[in-house]
Amino acid sequence: MTTTTASPRPEAPRRRRIDRVRWWSYVLLVSAAVASLFPLYWMFVVATTDTATATQLPPEIVPGGNFFHLAGLVLTTVPFLQSMANSLFVAGTIGVGHALLCSLAGFAFAKLRFPGRNALFLVVVLTMTVPTQLAVIPQYLIISELGWVDTLQALVVPGLASAFGIFWMRQHISATITDELLQAARIDGAGTWQVFWRIVFPIVRPAAFVLGLFGFVTAWNDFLWPFIVLKSPERYTAQIAIKALQNSYNVDLGLAMSGSFLATIPLVALFAFVGRRMVAGILDGAFKG
Amino acid sequence: MTTTLSRARTAPPAPPPTGRPFRRLGERLAPYAYIAPFFVIFAVFGLFPLLFTFYVALFDWNPIGDHTFIGMDNFTRMLEDPRFWNAAGNTVSIWFLSTVPQLALALLLAHVLNHARLRFALFFRMSVLVPYITSVAATTIVFAQLFDRDYGLLNWLLGLVGVEAIDFTQSTWGSHVLIATMVLWRWFGYTTLLYLASLQAIPRDVFEAAAIDGASGWKQFRHITIPSLRPVIIFTVVTSTIGGLQIFTEPLLLSRSAPLTCGPIRQCQTLTLFLYEQGFGQFQFGYGSAIGVALFVLVVVVALINYLLSTRIRAER
Repeated sequence: MTTTTASPRPEAPRRRRIDRVRWWSYVLLVSAAVASLFPLYWMFVVATTDTATATQLPPEIVPGGNFFHLAGLVLTTVPFLQSMANSLFVAGTIGVGHALLCSLAGFAFAKLRFPGRNALFLVVVLTMTVPTQLAVIPQYLIISELGWVDTLQALVVPGLASAFGIFWMRQHISATITDELLQAARIDGAGTWQVFWRIVFPIVRPAAFVLGLFGFVTAWNDFLWPFIVLKSPERYTAQIAIKALQNSYNVDLGLAMSGSFLATIPLVALFAFVGRRMVAGILDGAFKG
Repeated sequence: MTTTLSRARTAPPAPPPTGRPFRRLGERLAPYAYIAPFFVIFAVFGLFPLLFTFYVALFDWNPIGDHTFIGMDNFTRMLEDPRFWNAAGNTVSIWFLSTVPQLALALLLAHVLNHARLRFALFFRMSVLVPYITSVAATTIVFAQLFDRDYGLLNWLLGLVGVEAIDFTQSTWGSHVLIATMVLWRWFGYTTLLYLASLQAIPRDVFEAAAIDGASGWKQFRHITIPSLRPVIIFTVVTSTIGGLQIFTEPLLLSRSAPLTCGPIRQCQTLTLFLYEQGFGQFQFGYGSAIGVALFVLVVVVALINYLLSTRIRAER
């Protein structure tokens, strides 16, 4: 971009006329917002109507009064509360672990000097391009070797750290923490761990929180790997429970929909509180400039 | 308490921790300890399985039975298997149908969202990210219902204007369109925000100067927005390709009668679903691994094309 030569400054009224937001911008954005939110609304509509209503024409487009009946049916068909608890455990552990381990490694790469640092960081960046998810069969063989088939740690441990997270935290720590601050702490006698835990981590906690959120959401919604690893219904995560509900589709049309709705509510509630920070997290991601 | 405090204050400043060899060693090893968890996890659950795929692919490998070395037989079998080519075709078709409209829509939305005077900007930004936090499983369940032949809202609306009901799950193109729609729905908002992030890095004066010089919105879009977003566009093409090669949950949940093939005539079975069917449905770990190798080769080809494209762009600058 070399076109940032000084431009003649126009007087305010003229600029406002040129710079106005066109009406079709709002049409476009409102359509996008409706398209984004409508399927969730529809999930709720079908999750509250009985089969007879769900299979009538024209379709019912307002929620019915059958929510608790269907929710009860969901809980008796599969151990759904248990599966929600499993999802919470897996996604929560991954979210927290991700935030901590990636901050720690990002700190090491950003602020510590040690032999091999640059080469090792290059390896981290290169691993981002390796599509390891394609190797599910050997991954399953390893999990069997470890005796982890049908356990939740098989879902948690592989997700605890990621190359992207380390890269992201390293960028963030380099940009926000000066070397002088760390040197001052060192002179006061703080060891490396104290420097991280008492100075660096509190400063970058907002960024680590956003990283943890993305880890949480990804883990909550993960399907293929839990589907391969988990065997018994009481170990299911919410997503696998939805699949099981779909298999018993003949019981009631709205059953899988009701399960989907119940499994989505916690994330929507979380998003209502922290969605703003997730948006901000993407917006100051690694692609600026 | 007070005695230790006063002693600390009167004592000379603590010497740098050179006196204690144990602590010094610990300090020297600390960086490695901090980065070790990632490397261990990546080695055990990433790199090793990836390399091991190539090895397993050379065997007739039954998970509860024998492993017999058969050389390249799995690969020759795969290349002659019409089901493999069917799955490859479906994957490419679904990828194309979801990626091209998604990126175009995201570009347009990012351009509009970047306007300085836009009202409710945060609301719009947040609502397009809601699909991203919805799971693929829930997305598939609700879209299958919306697109249902008999009771779906879409076909009902089409019926009002006299269009005959479309059976989205049973026909080949219909199921591809349906899966592509789900992928597009889940990702367009995330992609929009990635583009918006890059757009925000462009100084606002550039757009203002263009507007003053009489450049219309469309001209600004073509001559400022798209050129400056080229790196992130390439990035999203690559990630959506790698993601597109791994589409699995949508086809699995779409067909209730034949989930592993996404319907009786494999009309929407993707490569990853084919891998799962052969590996975990038929217990042919060797053949499944050969499909995994094929997927890996595809990803490498895409990454190479990306590399060539981005180095060319860099050279042009």
